[in-house]
Amino acid sequence: MKNRTRLLLVAAVAVLYVLHQDFWFWRVARPFVFGFIPIGLFYQAVFSVAASLLMWLLVKYAWPAHLEEEVEQQHETETGDDAL
Amino acid sequence: MIPAIVVFIYLGIVLYIGIFAFRRAKSRHAAEDYFLASRSLGPFVFLLSLFGTNMTAFAILGSSGHAFSNGIVTFGLMASSSGLVIPLTIFLIGTRIWALGKKHGFMTPVQMFRDRWECGHIGTVIFSVQAVLLVPYIIIGIMGGGTTLNAISGGFVPYWFGGAIVAMVVMSYVFFGGMRGTAWVNTFQTILFLLFGAIAVVVIGRGMGGFRSAIEALASSPATSALLTRERISPYYFFSYTFIPLSAIAFPHIAIFCLTARRMNQFKKTVIFYPLCILAIWLPCVFLGVVANNARDIPAIQDKIVARRVLAQEGKAMTPEQRDETRERAAGDDVLLQLLQRYAPLWLAGILGAGIMAAVMASDSQILALSTMFTEDVFAYYGGKRRFGERTQVQTGRIFVILLTLFAYAVALRAPETIFELAIQYAFSGYAALSPLLVAALFWRGSTKWGALASTVWTIFAVVMVAIYQEIVPAPAPGQTTVSWAIGTTELLARTPGGTAVFGFMPVVPMVIVSALLMILFSWLTTKPGRETLDRYFPAQQKRVESGEAIAA
Repeated sequence: MKNRTRLLLVAAVAVLYVLHQDFWFWRVARPFVFGFIPIGLFYQAVFSVAASLLMWLLVKYAWPAHLEEEVEQQHETETGDDAL
Repeated sequence: MIPAIVVFIYLGIVLYIGIFAFRRAKSRHAAEDYFLASRSLGPFVFLLSLFGTNMTAFAILGSSGHAFSNGIVTFGLMASSSGLVIPLTIFLIGTRIWALGKKHGFMTPVQMFRDRWECGHIGTVIFSVQAVLLVPYIIIGIMGGGTTLNAISGGFVPYWFGGAIVAMVVMSYVFFGGMRGTAWVNTFQTILFLLFGAIAVVVIGRGMGGFRSAIEALASSPATSALLTRERISPYYFFSYTFIPLSAIAFPHIAIFCLTARRMNQFKKTVIFYPLCILAIWLPCVFLGVVANNARDIPAIQDKIVARRVLAQEGKAMTPEQRDETRERAAGDDVLLQLLQRYAPLWLAGILGAGIMAAVMASDSQILALSTMFTEDVFAYYGGKRRFGERTQVQTGRIFVILLTLFAYAVALRAPETIFELAIQYAFSGYAALSPLLVAALFWRGSTKWGALASTVWTIFAVVMVAIYQEIVPAPAPGQTTVSWAIGTTELLARTPGGTAVFGFMPVVPMVIVSALLMILFSWLTTKPGRETLDRYFPAQQKRVESGEAIAA
């Protein structure tokens, strides 16, 4: 993973964390989305969807594949040793 | 009575799944098969059962009860913050725990800590603290079972008997099925309570004549309009809650569960879908908890609203005992069940009640985790496995399951706290404060066993201090705080109606920060583990060091 991509992803996580503190809807209930969901609750629901999208980006661009490779390498080494 | 019968059928199915898993076991006497399902869970079971393991009575009964009293803020406090923090910790920490488990054969976090920091008895201290903090979580499940069966049967099944039935069923399938049985039951349960939310919203919405009028009524009344905003909650308190989900990966049952995946790729779906699963469960529960405030035709809910009003108006003049009693009457842990009983047809209320039972019974993983920890971190570590063999180890684990469940049941009969408070105040904050141990072990070469010990001792000290403080200083009336220590206008320590505030934050914030600082300080001051150990844990850094040395040469 390139350093720039890593930096962007870390920044995205930080931004989303800050966006969780939505003080702009702190004291308002209206508008009611779909006629019955207070705006503060709807915002947090959308936030959850955004968190899922961020996780998708992390999995796509920052997946620690080297961990599984290390496990497989060790497994191959052990299998080889056993065969000997 | 029909809903109770449906729930009993559900309990029978769950029991059968556990025993079926026992028959499918690869080896009934192999520790890795009983405690970790031979590290063979596929992606579907891994996602649903990991999520189900994290959803307890707290998620459904606690969330709707909290929303009933506090409003929509409940979703932002616990659900959406968990939707960001928990998958992030699974992504960063869970995958590494899995890889180390595969490489070195670990079955518990303490085994990893002992190896990583070259320590023995410090590992036992960590085990003890983890065990003490996990027990309340198990008690929640049994309390939730008693509450649910009591409410679903219209009081026919008493609380003590409902709790006993749930304890027996959970104990049986954990005893027989081990991790495989627990994972399959959790998968089945997660499917049930994912369906539960959507069905409950539609049925209750129709019963109440639509939600628009209910929400408009709440918004137009000065007594309830604040439930639709967050004006009663301070931003410090809201921010504090983002520290609570750090506890998830530090809970031993979650860390141990990370070891059960067949391949690391199975974490991908879990990480991506976790926030959406939380949304699907919590949004309906929170919304229905808020809307329950407008259920004027349900006497039990009206009694709670009256108790809340009395507490707000006369709470200041009440004795602490009267306040606690009124607070208990105002608690909303059963509002969802009350709504179902009033608005859902009997058979559907039974199915939905089974959905609630599914969440309530998530304590199975904690019971199994404690059994795994006891047999691996104590029994096997202190020579039991070597002397008596693996077969005896598994039998010891099964006996431990029985003893633990009986103990949790006995405590559940006496515990007066509401489900929500009990969970938050002890287990969650404590485990969040233990999370620096995992971060340090996995990401920091310089961390040492003394740093780990300092963090662990601090965690149990802080939990005990908070508990003692809250016992000595009674909870004030709603909207009030009892300031115990202040410098000028800065409130350092205060008792709030819901707990304790330190500099305005929940105790979890200083607990985590101090735990991390102690880990850093003591690690700097003490000797690091040997080079060989560090190279096993940080092979990439080792390669960089070696290539640097080669270039220099």
